[in-house]
Parts: sequence; C-alpha cells; structure tokens
Amino acid sequence: MAERTQKSKSTTSRDTATTDEAAPAVTETGEKLKAELDDLLDEIDEVLETNAEDFVKSYVQKGGQ
Amino acid sequence: MALPKVCGIETEYGIVVRGGDNNPVSASSMLINAYVAATNRERGRIGWDFEDEQPANDARGFSLDDSLAPEVETMLVNAVLTNGARYYVDHAHPEISTPEVTTAREALVWDRAAEEIVRASMQHVGSLLDPGGEIIVHKNNSDGKGNSYGCHENYLLARETPFGRLASQITPHFVTRQVFCGAGKVGCELPGRPADHVPYQLSQRADFFEEEIGLETTLKRPIVNTRDEPHADAQKYRRLHVIVGDANMSEVATYLKVGTTAIVLAMIEDDELGDDWLLGNPVAAIRQVSHDPTLRQTVMLRDGSRATALEIQWGLLERARKYEQSHGLACVDESVGRDVLDRWEQVLTGLEADPGSVAGWVDWVAKQRLVDGYAARHGIDPGSARLKAIDLQYHDLRTERCLALRAGLDTLVEPAEVQAAMTRPPTTTRAYFRGRCLAEYPDDVVAANWDSLVFDVGSDPLRRVPMMEPLRGTAEHVATLIDESESARDLLERLGQ
Repeated sequence: MAERTQKSKSTTSRDTATTDEAAPAVTETGEKLKAELDDLLDEIDEVLETNAEDFVKSYVQKGGQ
Repeated sequence: MALPKVCGIETEYGIVVRGGDNNPVSASSMLINAYVAATNRERGRIGWDFEDEQPANDARGFSLDDSLAPEVETMLVNAVLTNGARYYVDHAHPEISTPEVTTAREALVWDRAAEEIVRASMQHVGSLLDPGGEIIVHKNNSDGKGNSYGCHENYLLARETPFGRLASQITPHFVTRQVFCGAGKVGCELPGRPADHVPYQLSQRADFFEEEIGLETTLKRPIVNTRDEPHADAQKYRRLHVIVGDANMSEVATYLKVGTTAIVLAMIEDDELGDDWLLGNPVAAIRQVSHDPTLRQTVMLRDGSRATALEIQWGLLERARKYEQSHGLACVDESVGRDVLDRWEQVLTGLEADPGSVAGWVDWVAKQRLVDGYAARHGIDPGSARLKAIDLQYHDLRTERCLALRAGLDTLVEPAEVQAAMTRPPTTTRAYFRGRCLAEYPDDVVAANWDSLVFDVGSDPLRRVPMMEPLRGTAEHVATLIDESESARDLLERLGQ
C-alpha cells in the first residue's frame, strides 16, 4: 500500500472539482515516460518469479462464478 | 426518480498453495480462518444465515429447478466481518463481498479494504504452514487455461423497472465499458481457439460469455444475469447482479466501473436512456471489443449500422450529461456523480488520443505497457510463458511480488481510509448496523446475512432483526442507539424487539 501511495500522482486528490484537469500523464514527455518504463522493467526483472514459466504452467484454478 | 444506487462488489480470488497440499477449498478455508482467528481472538465465529437466500429465482418471472440452481455451499467457511463484509469460500476460491455502500467512492474504499484483508490473511496463514509453504492469492479472473471466476457487482433498482428493457438497455454499456475497466489479458481463452489467436486483449472475462441473458454464473455465462434475489423487500426492490466485469487493480478503474454503471442504471430506471445503442450481436461484440486493443474496430448495432466501442461510450456519456442536467445525480451522490462524469470524459479522451496517456488509470493499458516493454527488452516472442507470467503477477496480491503496485497506477483513496475500512462499516447503509452489532455484541449475534441479524440474548428464543430496507440502519439512524445500548438485550429493547 505504501508503494502505491508514493507513486500516486496529482490526480489522486479527493477533491472532486477537477473538471479542468488535463487527462492523466498528458503533460509528461515521451522521454520521461521511457525512463519511467525502464525503471519499471528493472524492477520487474527483480521481482518476477524466478521460475516464472513453471509458475504459469502450474497455475490452474477451478472454475468459479 | 431513480432509487439511490446502493451497490457492492464481490470478488472471487485465485488461490494456489506452494509446498503443501494444493487443495483450493482447504487452502481458502485456512486463509479465511487464519484471518478470523487473528482478528477476533476472543470471539466466537458468527455464522452466515442462509434462510432468505433464493439464488434460483429468475428476474424474468420464473424459478428454476433445484438441479440448475447455483450452488450454495453451506458447509464451507463463512464469516461476517465487523466492516459489514462477508468473507467465505465459494467454488474453491476465497471470496469477499463488500458491505453495501451508496457511492462509487465507497465501493472503491471497501473493495480496496477487501484486498488488504486478503493481504493480511496471507500473512496470518503463513505461520500455520510448513516451512517453505505459502498460500498465494491473485485478484484476477482467469488462470489462462480456460477457467474463470468472477468479480460481481450489485446495484439496487426499483422493482417496477421492466426487466426486459433493463437487460437490453444496459447491454451496450456492459459490452463497451471494458475499454476503461478491462483488466487486460495475455492470450485468448475462447473455446476451440489457440491461446495465441489473440496476443493481448482488454478483458479477463470477455472470452467466457456465451449468452446475452440468463441465470447461470458458472456455465454458459450471460452478459446480463437474471438472478432475482434482492436481499431486501422484494415488493419494492430489484438487485441487478452483474457478472460481466473484471476485478480491477487500478483504483480509478474500479471507481469508474461502478460509477458509470450506477449512472447508466439510474437513466434506465428513469427511462431516459433510450435504445440508440442496442447491439446486433452482444456476445460477438463483447469479444470483438476485447480482442481489439487498437479500439478502432466497429461492432454492429441492431439497426445494422456500425460503431466503435468508444463511439458507444461517448454516446452513453452524452446521455448521462443530459440526465445530470434534467434529473441531477442525487441517486449516486451529486459530487461523486459529477466527478465520475468528468473522469469518464477524461478517460475516453485519453483512450481516443493515445491509450498510453491513461496508463495510470486503465489496467489493460498499464499491463500492456509492462508486457510490451518486457518483450522488447528481452526479445521475447508473443505467446511466451514469460509474458503470461507478467500478466499473472500483475494481479499477485503479495506486496513484494505485485506488479500492479509497481505499474505507476494513480490512487484515489488514502491508505488510512482503506485501513479503517478493514474493520469499520460504511455509515450510509444497513451494513452500518450489521458491522457495529458484530463489533459491539460479538457474543450475542449468532447469525447474520444481508437482510437480517439473529441475536441470542440468553433464555429467550433467538431474535431475528430484519433489515429489509438497505438504507435503514445507517449511522444517522442507529449510531446513538448503539452507543447508548450497554448490551444486545438493551439494544433489542430499545428497538422494540
């Protein structure tokens, strides 16, 4: 939960008067987005299950509703 | 005027066991029992009371045989929490039904609280397992191998709303809202098609819908479910049971899913929506929309013309703006309603211009960015199990593994508010009465369900307190009464029971 909060952006305000707010992230430049994605992919490399393929293969659920 | 849109979300979570007996029913039971034991150390377990449940009743006006009724597994773990939620085992999955709430924002808070309850449950159950053992829970809707489990929404409607009109007019929204509330999926699970038939799609669930309308929830799933079980005064109310949605990791997506649907339902209740966007073939359309991340393909309307999912969404939003002008949005809370309309417009604008611009709001976009980025960095071909692993791990509720927590999603609610909602009920519905009574008189409540509480206050017969009105038993009605009652017996006397 803590991480999620740190990463929240300015659109997270509880204030409901946000009509003039720009669509999320439109102000961010392509370069900034790319750098962000690179950091994100570094993090995925760290936290992805080491045996991800086996995990996917063994992930079987009973059908529900 | 449309009734207040009392609503709630019920989520069946995926579950696996590592280093132990991989039986999902016993793992789900252990998970829930571990949470209940850790949070209610000194309290007895309060059971769920099935007396008023009639899942086989059909809104079209008939009742199915018992042989076709959805199962109600009364022998399995079934706990009622002090936040008014129900935490139980259903179809080999742990499931949490949020308490009844009155706005999309409250629905989001208690849906997030449910997520945190599951996270806490994984922590508590860890100490009960063998060394190296682990129970892992995912907030997703499919295992990628053709097995699906649901995230259902429920909305209160007036009984007099004609069900046929309701079903046909809500269908365009159910088919197209996935453009902003689809949770994203690597691969395809349409029967008879290979997994790589579609490399990436908007929705976890769309592949599993085979009918336009029906009572089933586990086979031949219908876009509009006809279960007629209002859990309230059946003379006055319907509960629309919505089975078509995905479980969302994005807070904004959950908020928009519930917020837009509540407004569209209010328009239908007031007969202000009209038949402009009725679809020619909803089952084909829900798959077409899901299978098209470009958002450019059109689906056929009933009059033979064609429209994209975004065009249909813009049409619904335009109607909703007019409805706000003519009727107001008191039924969904004026300020939440206006915020939903503004964000609805923002998300459609973003999706139309560049879906990447709404990666902080829309799960399927956030996930696609991770999948595509990972594939490009490591030179992985579509169809690789490693890409499916990213899909799966996006929904992994273990904080140290969850990719959604790292995907840069915007938040709408504060962690402290979510934390409080794990134990406290919403103040705006009868869930307040349920939750407060469970917290204050745990030894005296012997059973609970959506529309009643059963008390045992000693030598007298058990006392059932009916709660057939979802908007009675709110903090405004009963907070002082409960504060001033020293015991359940005292409370019942004051209630005139």
